[in-house]
Amino acid sequence: MRPGGDTTAALRGAAERRWAVLAGIWVVLIAAPFWLPLVHGYTSLGSRILVLGLAAMSVNFLIGFTGVVSFGHAAYFGLGVYGAGMMLRYVTASTPLALVAGILLGGGAGVVVGAMICRSRGIYFAMITIAFEQIFYYIAYKWDSVTGGYDGLRGFQRAPIHFGLFTLDIKHSDLAFYYFVLVVFAIVAGVMGFLLRSPFGRTLLAIRENERRARFLGIAVDLHIWLSFSISAFCIGAAGALYAMVNNFSDPSSLYFDLSGDLVIMAVMGGIRSFWGPLLGAAIFEVLQDYISSRTVNWLFFIGLVFVIVVMFFPRGLLGMFQRRRAA
Amino acid sequence: MSAMLEVRNVSKHFGNLVAVKDVSLRVAKGELRAIIGPNGAGKTTFFNLITGFFAPSSGEIFFDGRNVTRLTAPQRVKIGMARTFQITEVFPELSVNENVRIAAEVTAGYALSPWLSAERGRSIEQTVAGLVERVGLADKSQRAVGELAHGDQRAAEIAMALALRPRLLLLDEPTAGMGEQETYQIAGLIRKLHRDESYTIILVEHDMRVVFHLADRISVLDQGMLLADGTPDEIAADRAVQEAYLGKAA
Repeated sequence: MRPGGDTTAALRGAAERRWAVLAGIWVVLIAAPFWLPLVHGYTSLGSRILVLGLAAMSVNFLIGFTGVVSFGHAAYFGLGVYGAGMMLRYVTASTPLALVAGILLGGGAGVVVGAMICRSRGIYFAMITIAFEQIFYYIAYKWDSVTGGYDGLRGFQRAPIHFGLFTLDIKHSDLAFYYFVLVVFAIVAGVMGFLLRSPFGRTLLAIRENERRARFLGIAVDLHIWLSFSISAFCIGAAGALYAMVNNFSDPSSLYFDLSGDLVIMAVMGGIRSFWGPLLGAAIFEVLQDYISSRTVNWLFFIGLVFVIVVMFFPRGLLGMFQRRRAA
Repeated sequence: MSAMLEVRNVSKHFGNLVAVKDVSLRVAKGELRAIIGPNGAGKTTFFNLITGFFAPSSGEIFFDGRNVTRLTAPQRVKIGMARTFQITEVFPELSVNENVRIAAEVTAGYALSPWLSAERGRSIEQTVAGLVERVGLADKSQRAVGELAHGDQRAAEIAMALALRPRLLLLDEPTAGMGEQETYQIAGLIRKLHRDESYTIILVEHDMRVVFHLADRISVLDQGMLLADGTPDEIAADRAVQEAYLGKAA
């Protein structure tokens, strides 16, 4: 038996390690435009990775931290894409308003759909999420006059942001845009991280771990799953809005089932028990796609191969290995 | 003494099967009551009626003077009837501290709180540390519950139940499937909660040594009926009980 002092010291050590890791991650992200060229990357690839990483982290809020699997989260991502695109195209060339429109459209749809499905579990839940996604996809696909139909919505561009004294020209500068994306990423990821460390966040972990026990502690499980689903939809809506600005284009495939699957793959590859895992998964996915798709049209085959290898050798994902070290 | 729990003429049918038949009993405040009986005697069904897993087919159940017959299990938990399960029900990948903390936070009404003030956070942490200490897991508080030994998992589960601030603790076969050492550990813990902290406890138990060692009073069920009710000495001397357990020839 160890004396109590050791436990306290071990706790403090763990907390310090956590802060060090967090600081390291942010240094890497802030410095990315400077080290990316050294490894044959480029700044706009960094922006893409942040955006898809944020989307995968939002999906993982539900899968990894609530224990509920959605295979239809591209719906709320895509609605974010269209919300931002339509704001820029039809209403006003304002980047902040486009962001808000994307968040509200994606999140609002998540609130409504979540209320309808939060009583379902497991495979039924997953299937219904796919069904709703298909509905949103076909609306975007068919409603030519508003969404641009099959061709997607074009004819808008992200707009420079005016701060009174100075202007952040995210329209022409990839570097400025990267930092804009990073700030939004930091806020949204920060909200998710904050919530997961709160009493509410712990009830989500409890539901993931043992729903029956959670219910008998007096946690209103359906309500908490609905809230988690909605939060996750608002966050992925933000990622979608950014995605519209990455491409200056709202693409119906951003609402499609395939993307939902990609996001789950990113999360699983990085590690669903890890907060940052999905970002790493997204980075691997996007870099592979960027690198391989310029050489062969069969790039998905190679991503599949890498996915299988990761799952075989790191069943808990790449960052999953570092989780739960307290067990030792 | 006033009754913490009073069961009046409770029966439970499953179709044609009568699992519990017209059972009445009173458990006084501060008492440790054991419910025993041969396999198939209806112990688990009876326990589930008390905890609200099933509604009785007839009869009434009063908790601290209040009729709880129609309350659901989570509602009974809220008013102070906490239970543990025959198969340990914990959050396996979370630490002992986190398991107890979730129970404490939900009890304090923070289940939907996106944040806690530093003061409330400290108060919760103190509560949790105290409970973990009381069940003897202070040196394992950071370990994931799922990888602890069976006895320690049970102790963590009891700490979770205590975090609900119960006035009545209901333990469903707390030493089921345990070895000598672990049985001793858990029996010691239950005894401490009863003697030193005067919890009212009802336990269903198979292990007769545990029962006769701990209980103030014992209720014996047989074929869904209450066969006997008394102190351990009375029960040990009861012919009907001996027959139920050992057969008529004994």
